Order: sequence, then structure tokens, then C-alpha cells
Amino acid sequence: MLTFLDFEKPVAQLQAQIAELRAANLGADGGDQIDMGDELAKLEAKSADMLKGLYASLSPWQKTQVARHPQRPHFRDYVEHAFTDFMPLGGDRYFGEDHAIIGGFATLRGRQVMLIGHEKGHDTQSRIKHNFGMGKPEGYRKAIRLMDLAGRFGLPVVTLVDTSGAFPGIEAEERGQAEAIARSTEACLALPVPMVATIVGEGGSGGAVALASAERVLMFEHAIYSVISPEGCASILWRTAEKAADAAEAMKVTAQDLKELGVIDRIVPEPVGGAHRDPKAAIRNLADTIDDELTTLARQDVTYLQERRADRFLAIGT
Amino acid sequence: MSWFNRVRNSLPFVAKRSTDETLWIKCKGCGEMIFASDYADNLYVCPRCEHHGRIGADTRIAMLMDEGFTLLPQPEVKEDPLKFRDSKRYTDRLRAARASNPHRDAFTVASGAIDGQPAVVGVQDFHFMGGSMGMAVGQAFCDGAAEALRRKCGYVVVTAAGGARMQEGILSLMQMPKATVMVRKLRAAGLPYIVLLTDPTTGGVTASYAMLGDVQIAEPGALIGFAGQRVIQETIREQLPEGFQRAEYLHEHGMVDRVVHRHDLKGELATMLRYMRGSKAA
Ligand SMILES: [Zn+2]
Repeated sequence: MLTFLDFEKPVAQLQAQIAELRAANLGADGGDQIDMGDELAKLEAKSADMLKGLYASLSPWQKTQVARHPQRPHFRDYVEHAFTDFMPLGGDRYFGEDHAIIGGFATLRGRQVMLIGHEKGHDTQSRIKHNFGMGKPEGYRKAIRLMDLAGRFGLPVVTLVDTSGAFPGIEAEERGQAEAIARSTEACLALPVPMVATIVGEGGSGGAVALASAERVLMFEHAIYSVISPEGCASILWRTAEKAADAAEAMKVTAQDLKELGVIDRIVPEPVGGAHRDPKAAIRNLADTIDDELTTLARQDVTYLQERRADRFLAIGT
Repeated sequence: MSWFNRVRNSLPFVAKRSTDETLWIKCKGCGEMIFASDYADNLYVCPRCEHHGRIGADTRIAMLMDEGFTLLPQPEVKEDPLKFRDSKRYTDRLRAARASNPHRDAFTVASGAIDGQPAVVGVQDFHFMGGSMGMAVGQAFCDGAAEALRRKCGYVVVTAAGGARMQEGILSLMQMPKATVMVRKLRAAGLPYIVLLTDPTTGGVTASYAMLGDVQIAEPGALIGFAGQRVIQETIREQLPEGFQRAEYLHEHGMVDRVVHRHDLKGELATMLRYMRGSKAA
């Protein structure tokens, strides 16, 4: 059952109306009582138009909700539909295994890569297991270890970023959350192999940058990427989280804004109505795009890649 | 009789001006009134409780460096690229910050020496919009690193920030990898990069250049962390442990090498630089 977002209410109502008509017209034999094909088709078309219209002009705050949609594809969905032979590798070798950040060997269209990303989980139990995609120091240290491994064995690094931010907790601070994030960012910058990062849902602050300091940064059409959550920004600058929509607007968090600012390189299109309405199509788009990027990067030499990665960040602000 | 009254009574010539804020300062640590010139002579450390007060870039530079240093020009960066406005315009906030600060932004770089050791010192000033890291801060950090590379000397960075400057949105976040690029260049050149963490250093600053030093030192009592205490409390709904995220706590958890009293900073930094001259530094 699809979860409708607040701003999708008109579409939800229309869909309910269609469902009602269908149910009312259902005869005892399971067939239609009268032929309503035309009527239903008209309503369906109206609903599709409405959805298309809505998604063509989403506000930054609406995009935030789409990016966080519970049915949006998550790491495990990409693993299942875009990659083959995913072999997760666990642990930071110092403290433990973090289920919020997952990584391992994977094959994309016949190309061996190191795949690393955040996993938010899809139901209560898995969300708790994956800590809602909020990585702890051991998660970032595992990412560092896997990036190092990828570098030594010539595997391009593919990251899928989807986090509201790194975990803010006592143990995370004790174990050096800030240091782990800083070193993970550094590990990205140091890679002697191509790196393609994609913001697939939420790109929240340092917890996102730590896996996204790549020479090519992609973003899904309705993903968001920001220095602080709109709610966090609003509660500090507007003194109330209720101004989150204003904060989202002011901070420029959308893929379209970030492309304009030169912070990301490429926008990956989503199906009409968002990735959650047709996850397989969205995942296919992303797989195509990453494959294309890796093909181009495979032709570049290591020094050039590292310089290009460094230069893209040095250029910001000048 | 409180210390304040005792001192005041022993100094009849200042008694009637005791409310003058320029003469007396209330310690943020113990709450006692301190004679302002004593406080300044003591490098803004409370003589009663050793609380280390927050200080601006010029004071810090004068405190750490030998005479004859030069200040690097403040970098030119795009100003207010997002046309950001909350209850106030970002440009108005910037103007107000500049009106009450000798510098154009929160990061100032000086090139000179520390007790004879050639060094570049970058200082973040919490008084300027909470020391927040925007493009000007990121660029000034990078300019300082470039100066150290040019002079083949060490880079000492004094951090103080609430985090990234939200008014610059994603562009402030991008200062994290940007500054990290320069830390890597220092490392590749074999030059020492020393971080002095001061009160407070949190957020994106901690999660980038503030935690990448070859040696990490902190002033006593400094608040240092990734997440803010309020955010942590709202997330976990637990009481925070005593001394949580303070310099001593970080030292105890292996995140900083030394907690150093302000009186000893210059000497210790010079000693570190002498040990870290290696083969590549001048
Ligand atoms: Zn005191």
C-alpha cells in the first residue's frame, strides 16, 4: 500500500474515488456489473496528470518529504536490483560492526566495484537495526577500511548516500565521531581509484560528506543535500522547527539548486511521482548513470583523478 | 567577605567605579569578579578557578607568536551567494559582526614564528558569528596552509566554532573536504600540522580540519564535540555524563594528545615544532 504525502492529497483522493468506483462496480461473479472502462480511464489519466504536475514543481520542503519517503528505495534495494554478487564486508577492526553503513564487493554491469552506503531500514525492526541510517564512528571507520582496500586492489568506489546525519549520541562522541568523519572524508580524497558518489535520498551534513567527497557527485532528482536538516536550521535561525519549509527554501537543498551552484555534477531522473512509485525504474536509471560515469573515469589516470577531486573542492567559494 | 569585596575595599580608588565593565569582569567559570587588567595579564585565564576565557584572533596571535609576524590578507569570496534570509538578512548579520570585530570574517592567519620556530598560525574567532565556517573561513584556512607550504614551515590552527555557517548552506558544508585537501597537501610535503582546540569547537569544523592534526592539543575545559549537547539529549533522552565533551574527557577517550594550560601553549607548540622539523621543513 502506497503511503501518500501531505501535498499529494488531491491525488490520494482521486485514487480513493477510483478504487471505490471499482469496488462498487464489482459483481458477485467478480466481473464488472457495467462497463466503466472509459470513466475509469479518464479518472486515471486525470490522476496521472495531477501527479506529474505536482512533481514538476515540488518545493524544497516537498522534496525533503519525498527524499525521506518510507517506501523510497534503500541500500538493500539497490543491491538487489542494480548490483550482482554483493558480498558485504563487516567491521572496523577496532570496535564493532555498524549496520547503518554497509559496504562490500559488488558487481555493476560486469564491473567489479567497492560499494558503500547508508541503510535506513524499511520497517520498525530493520530501522532500529540500521539505526535509521545514522552512522557511528565504527561505520565510518569501516568505510575507511573498505576504501583503502578498494584503492589497493584497483576497485572503483561507488557510494550511495542516504542519511539524516551521523548519529548524535554519547558513545559516538566517546569513540570520536568527528574524527571518524574527518578521516573518512580524507580517505575519499586520497583514493587512487575512481569514485562516484550519489545522494540517493537524504544527504545530511558531515555524515554525508564523509562518503561523498568524490570527483563525480550525482544526485537523484528529488533527493536533498544540506549542511543541516531543514528542521535543525529552522530551530536555530527561526527559533522554531515549524519554519522548516522556509529553511529548506533558504538553504538551497535540491538537486537542481546544487547543480546550479556547482556542488553536484549530474541529476539522475526519477519516475513520475518519485522513486518510490517505481523503484525498479529509478534504480535502473541510477545504474545506467553510474555505469556511464565509471566508463568515462576508467580512462583517466590516477593522478588526474585525485587532482580533479581536490580541485573541485578548492574551487568552491572562489 | 567575598574576594571581590576584599579586593574592592583594598583598592579605594576604584571602589566607586566598581560597576564599570571595563574594570571588572565576571568570570564565566566561578562567577567571581576579576580585575580586568589582572585577567588580561593572566592571558584571560581566571586567577581563581583557571577558567580559560574565549579570546579573539589578535589576542591569540599576539599570545602565541613572536613579534614581527605579518597578517595575511582576508580572502575575497562570494558574499551571500544564496541571498539567505531568516529573521534577518545574512548580509546584515555579516555587517553587524564586522562592526564589532577588527576582521572581515572568523578566521585570521598570521605568518611568523613561535619562539623562534617558523610557523603560520590560523585562528578562528568565536566572537565572529560563532566562529562559523563559511567560504571565507574555509578559504582563509586554505590560504594559511598554502603559506606554510610556501615557507616550508609548520601550520598551527586554533579552532573555535559552533559549526558550519548555515547561511551559506551546502557551500559551507563543502568547506569540510576543501580544508581536508590542504591538510593532505601539508602531509604530502612533510610539514607539521598542529591543531589547538579551544572553547567551543563543534559540528562540521570538528568533523574536518580540527580533528586531522598530526598533534592535537586542547585548552582546559574547552567544549569539543561533533553533535551539540541539546541535540544529543533530544535524541537519546538520557542525562549526559559529567564533563562530557570537555577537553579532559576527550583526552581520557584518546581523542587529543594533550590538554595544555594557556600559559604553557607557546612553549609547548615551539617544542612540538622543533621535534617535527623532519627533513622537509625549513
Ligand atoms: Zn573563575
